[in-house]
Amino acid sequence: MRCRRCGAALHLRKPDSIARTWAFLIAAYILYIPANVLPMMRTGSLFGAQADTIMSGVVYLWHSGSWHIALVVFIASVVVPLAKMLSLTYLLISVQLGWTHRSLERTKLYRILEFVGPWSMLDVYVVLILVALVQLKGLASIQPGLAVAAFGAVVVLTMFAAMAFDPRLLWEPKEAHHV
Amino acid sequence: MTSRSLIACHECDLLQQEPDLPPGGVALCRRCNFVLFRHTPDSVDRALAFTLGAAFLFIIANLFPIVGLEAAGIKNATSLYGAVETIWKNDMEGVAALVFVTTILIPALELTLMLYVLLPLKLGQMPQGLASILRVLQSVRPWSMTQVFILGVLVALVKLVHLAHVVPGIALWSFGGLILLLTGAMASFNTHELWSMVREDE
Repeated sequence: MRCRRCGAALHLRKPDSIARTWAFLIAAYILYIPANVLPMMRTGSLFGAQADTIMSGVVYLWHSGSWHIALVVFIASVVVPLAKMLSLTYLLISVQLGWTHRSLERTKLYRILEFVGPWSMLDVYVVLILVALVQLKGLASIQPGLAVAAFGAVVVLTMFAAMAFDPRLLWEPKEAHHV
Repeated sequence: MTSRSLIACHECDLLQQEPDLPPGGVALCRRCNFVLFRHTPDSVDRALAFTLGAAFLFIIANLFPIVGLEAAGIKNATSLYGAVETIWKNDMEGVAALVFVTTILIPALELTLMLYVLLPLKLGQMPQGLASILRVLQSVRPWSMTQVFILGVLVALVKLVHLAHVVPGIALWSFGGLILLLTGAMASFNTHELWSMVREDE
């Protein structure tokens, strides 16, 4: 069935919403580990080589006196992705248990999730600019680490997970699920 | 439009009657408070002005270097596309593609499609295929990340200031203005009003 006005496929609820959200979410959880453990970038300079993970980058900013920037990076790169994955897990479980109470609060939580999603891309862009700029022959150079790819994938996967989730399920008792 | 038309909340699916809005008014869902639609005065004029300005700055922002670096007589500057190329050459093709799509391709597509819709409307004509264009715009919007990119550039600059002399480029200022104009364009581009122009048999 198609919409008469815009031609989009019509369905009562997003198809297989719960299973698809779980799939994206579990993949994001798995990739979150290499994203935090592997280095985001390697710096080579006259004074030796150094590898930085997300956390060591935050610590470096903190010690170099830019504590407010350290806080921004910490929130965007560590807090937001983790909070997003945990909240989606909570929403999925609440739907699967068929909760009908606190639907409004849970809907608001989902709305926040959708809004903050893209902001965790921050560190990917930081590394992009650093790698492009710090190519000073013989003096210093920065190479991207594998964590950048893992981290980018986490952001994309959590965004797909949030899109696959159907917030309308938060308002229905379990028996009424049209999934 | 009649005040009898019905609207289903996009978030919680509650079916309710569309209220008539005063200029600048907002209709909220009775149950979950989600914004159903807004009344934006002169929306075509305002959106067109913002979008034209944004498109102009977007072109400048992509043609010129964002930022330069100077240390011990060695200089290096990069544009957005140059940065994408560098990261591609560092065997990060996936990341390069992700950055290209979220900061160049999707914003360019959004601006082009918005101009395609707004220019004919301003001249009193219906844009062809309006329904499909509105659908594309709706689905690509979450992947447009210009604002996040600029915050990333600023964080990178803070990291570099301790190490070398940093020279902000023309594109950095253009990106700053672009964010403001994009926000204005998105706020005045009224999809609810545009959808109501689409005839059901199109």
